[in-house]
Amino acid sequence: MSLSQTVEEISTRVTAICDDLAGLEGPLLPILHEVQETWGFIPEGALQTIAKKLNLSRAEVHGVASFYHDFRHNAPGRHVIKICRAEACQAMGGDAIANQAQRKLGIGWSETTPDQSVTLEPVYCLGLCACAPAAMVDGKLVARLDNDRLDRMIKEVRS
Amino acid sequence: MPLITEIDYGTPAVSSDKTVTLKVDGFEVSVPEGTSIMRASMEAGIQIPKLCATDMVDAFGSCRLCLVEIEGRNGTPSSCTTPVADGMVVHTQTGRLKDIRRGVMELYISDHPLDCLTCAANGDCELQDMAGAVGLRDVRYGYDGGNHVKTRQGDGDNIRYMPKDESNPYFTYDPSKCIVCSRCVRACEEVQGTFALTIEGRGFDSRVSPGMHENFLDSECVSCGACVQACPTATLQEKSVINIGQPEHSVVTTCAYCGVGCSFKAEMRGEELVRMVPFKDGKANRGHSCVKGRFAYGYASHKDRILNPMIRDNTSDPWREVSWEEALTYVSTKFRDIQARHGKGAIGGITSSRCTNEETFLVQKLIRAGFGNNNVDTCARVCHSPTGYGLKTTFGTSAGTQDFDSVEHTDVVILIGANPTDGHPVFASRLKKRLRAGAKLIVIDPRRIDLVRTPHIEASAHLPLRPGTNVAVLTALAHVIVTESLYDEAFIRERCDWSEFEDWATFVADPAHSPESIEILSGVPADTLRKAARLFATGGNGAIYYGLGVTEHSQGSTTVMAIANLAMATGNIGRPGVGVNPLRGQNNVQGACDMGSFPHELPGYRHISDDATRDIFEKLWGVKLNDEPGLRIPNMLDAAVEGTFRGIYIQGEDILQSDPDTKHVAAGLAAMECVVVHDLFLNETANHAHVFLPGSTFLEKDGTFTNAERRINRVRRVMTPKNGYADWEVTQNLARAMGLDWQYSHPSQIMDEIAATTPSFAGVNYDLLEREGSVQWPCNDKAPTGTPVMHLGGFVRGKGHFVVTEYVATDEKTGPRFPLLLTTGRILSQYNVGAQTRRTENVAWHPEDLLEIHPHDAEQRGIKDGDWIKLASRSGDTSLRALITDRVAPGVVYTTFHHPGTQANVITTDFSDWATNCPEYKVTAVQVSSSNGPTDWQIEYDEQARQSRRILPHPDAAE
Repeated sequence: MSLSQTVEEISTRVTAICDDLAGLEGPLLPILHEVQETWGFIPEGALQTIAKKLNLSRAEVHGVASFYHDFRHNAPGRHVIKICRAEACQAMGGDAIANQAQRKLGIGWSETTPDQSVTLEPVYCLGLCACAPAAMVDGKLVARLDNDRLDRMIKEVRS
Repeated sequence: MPLITEIDYGTPAVSSDKTVTLKVDGFEVSVPEGTSIMRASMEAGIQIPKLCATDMVDAFGSCRLCLVEIEGRNGTPSSCTTPVADGMVVHTQTGRLKDIRRGVMELYISDHPLDCLTCAANGDCELQDMAGAVGLRDVRYGYDGGNHVKTRQGDGDNIRYMPKDESNPYFTYDPSKCIVCSRCVRACEEVQGTFALTIEGRGFDSRVSPGMHENFLDSECVSCGACVQACPTATLQEKSVINIGQPEHSVVTTCAYCGVGCSFKAEMRGEELVRMVPFKDGKANRGHSCVKGRFAYGYASHKDRILNPMIRDNTSDPWREVSWEEALTYVSTKFRDIQARHGKGAIGGITSSRCTNEETFLVQKLIRAGFGNNNVDTCARVCHSPTGYGLKTTFGTSAGTQDFDSVEHTDVVILIGANPTDGHPVFASRLKKRLRAGAKLIVIDPRRIDLVRTPHIEASAHLPLRPGTNVAVLTALAHVIVTESLYDEAFIRERCDWSEFEDWATFVADPAHSPESIEILSGVPADTLRKAARLFATGGNGAIYYGLGVTEHSQGSTTVMAIANLAMATGNIGRPGVGVNPLRGQNNVQGACDMGSFPHELPGYRHISDDATRDIFEKLWGVKLNDEPGLRIPNMLDAAVEGTFRGIYIQGEDILQSDPDTKHVAAGLAAMECVVVHDLFLNETANHAHVFLPGSTFLEKDGTFTNAERRINRVRRVMTPKNGYADWEVTQNLARAMGLDWQYSHPSQIMDEIAATTPSFAGVNYDLLEREGSVQWPCNDKAPTGTPVMHLGGFVRGKGHFVVTEYVATDEKTGPRFPLLLTTGRILSQYNVGAQTRRTENVAWHPEDLLEIHPHDAEQRGIKDGDWIKLASRSGDTSLRALITDRVAPGVVYTTFHHPGTQANVITTDFSDWATNCPEYKVTAVQVSSSNGPTDWQIEYDEQARQSRRILPHPDAAE
């Protein structure tokens, strides 16, 4: 999929997504998910189109989309690493893991490496407290993280 | 005179048949079932601390300050979201609650600047009040951590800090003061219905966002002020309060813009108006407002206002400032001289729909008793005269049948030829609230107005008819109702003349009136029309609301009668939630009509030829009245061109700009010897005037306005007239100069005279208005406190009268030279000819008139968005910029008439309603072509206007 899609192309595709899902009860979240699924993020102009289709105000759609950190407004890297920053993981050495991930990748939270290979994001609890510290790589859970595991994980996604 | 502070009950009132009794802090209180504990406490006089609750919006339960303890229940529930129960025992102040509240408050203040002394809301801040109420003495947290208050954090910028948004001309948004109670968001949704605001982000990052993180001016915000009203802090604050400071007293008065007639508190500092705040007890607006009434009052102190009388012998001369005495003597001498040379009927006058009832009454009295003729007319001629004629013929009274509260009981609304979100915004908000609660909407309009589809509102049907085919479409609706037997036979047999109904039914049932036959000429798809008719006839309480899109046609009166037929046939008259509701354009156009402004009618719509009525006035006024109807505005102008009508007194109207066929109006005025304009500004009509009498604003006089629901509202003086006299005093002084012995010292005496002579006003006096706030006429012995809903047991005229409404196409037809149809309208931020709103910051939203044209028509003519175009009709041409939009259908173009530079009425023709002469503004055949800029006519006009506005320097100022 090309990044240089025109506004019209985005609008047409978003309109089609809305048409598919508008019949659901509370269709806004499923539509936002589908849009993010399509582009990996919510492209500019998509929210306006959704607002128009669902007869909501721009403000309302913006309010919902901005509430959820998982809805991105820029294209992510090819892989997304999320490291848990919640209490249990912190108690099990999560801070050190988090620092090392940033150092190894050379980026901060919610940033993407210059080669577009990895985006690093914080997450607050993956429900794996018993096996902390935890992370998620491209939707797959990783438990009992230590420095070695983290290095291997990063090497894998960057190869 | 103190500052009026209305009680905030925290949550909206609830109506229920069942009453519940509970005990709050030892006091017993009884309230309707479903009421919140917070509201019940307030009714007992006990104020529970709160921040996110206010009684204009539903409870939200987010601030955690209004917690209470209830005996027998666990925990500390929020009093705003907990409904009362019988026998409940509530404690609002306990040690535990005090600790919680102080802790919550400490957190709020830890992210709020401590600049109370220099804050614009100082003295009017609920956060400040609550900090005091909970006894906050210390904030332990400091600003080193995350906050929204400081511009810098540590060594860098504070990424959470957002600067003030000052884009809106009337109020500022300062995110650093926001406590995220979301009252503004909810007010925008629940009260105004625009949904322009949201809370963006989550948790500590949450902030109020207009649109999609836009500034207020670029967002969907319509600047109604509901959010500013709801804000408990200085986050959303009127710029006037920032500039001036807090008001110290207030006076309740009535807005001088549209026919909704909203009540406001004029909040004052001395004689300086600080702000206008919508009044919750106002029965028309129930605490809501729009951008015009709330904010656009700056014209009252605009530098263009003329404050001294002026005269000139020739309209080519510059104006000369003179004393009041000289000006009034000049007028009386001229007028008497004209009458001596050309006869009594050679002069006349025009009353104003913007002035008070009392002032209008005096002007018509001056003409009938002083001039000795009936040459009086009013701008209602050009707007709702067909309403008067049509409703009087069918129901027996010249007015709408309901109050605005009625909309809360409506199930199906037909909206025809009206655009309430722009023209009557506060009513639109009330309508939208009802529609969101489930009522259905049918829109009959050539243009896709906002209400056809706007967030959370979608019309069940939109009938985009060709301009000029109203009667055909309404008759087709009736055809479906009659042929499918959807009419209310019981109602018709009881309340109307059955044989008349049968005649009418036979007429409408003719296949020539079927939706399928009408589709060809109206362009409305037959199945949409059938669906709409069925919905209206079977959907429950049906109400019809209409505006100038109905009346300003060659068949305006016929359309009004067709609407009345439809209401009677479906039994939708005589109870709350139904009725025929004209949305009147100007603040007092209803009142101006009531007060006998028409040449054939004395106050109370009684014909001038009626001896008994004339007798009442003759006895009181001590003069003989002429029993022949006088001249209407167009007839006065015709007579002027012929040379038989030579002088006119025009109070508060700009007929050159507002009346059709500008060139004809200009020719008429130019032919007169003495044109007297009584106005705030040198308006366009004043270009042709010989005498200018400066007028006063609604802030500078006492009186009453009557709104679209027949509600008589008080107008109260809050400052000294800058021109020296209220308008009723000016008219009285002119009358005295002409030899009449008038001795009114207060408008209440004029109202007493109206009541003494006019049966429908018999019970009205200022004491009653003071007691009741407002009353709806008829107000007399039968209805001592007025009549919210008319025709309750039967029609005023006896039996409802069905009128056969034959469709006759207008003579204004499209052809090869003029292939498009122009229709006109208005926009939210501007009012009428714009004399007032153009002199306010409202120009931020509408700096010029634009021509809306469909992309297809634009492409054919090579016109791009924003291009200068020439708009030409058989009457004339003008230039303006194009706005390409599919809101209008192909073949139809649309514009507003708010700016004199455009002069849309140069284009409109002099075709008019057959019964009342109301001009056919809504249909003109035109052609649109590319243009380089203003036409020769506009350039000439500008030059003439500039020349005629010159004022000689005051002699005192000369060195």
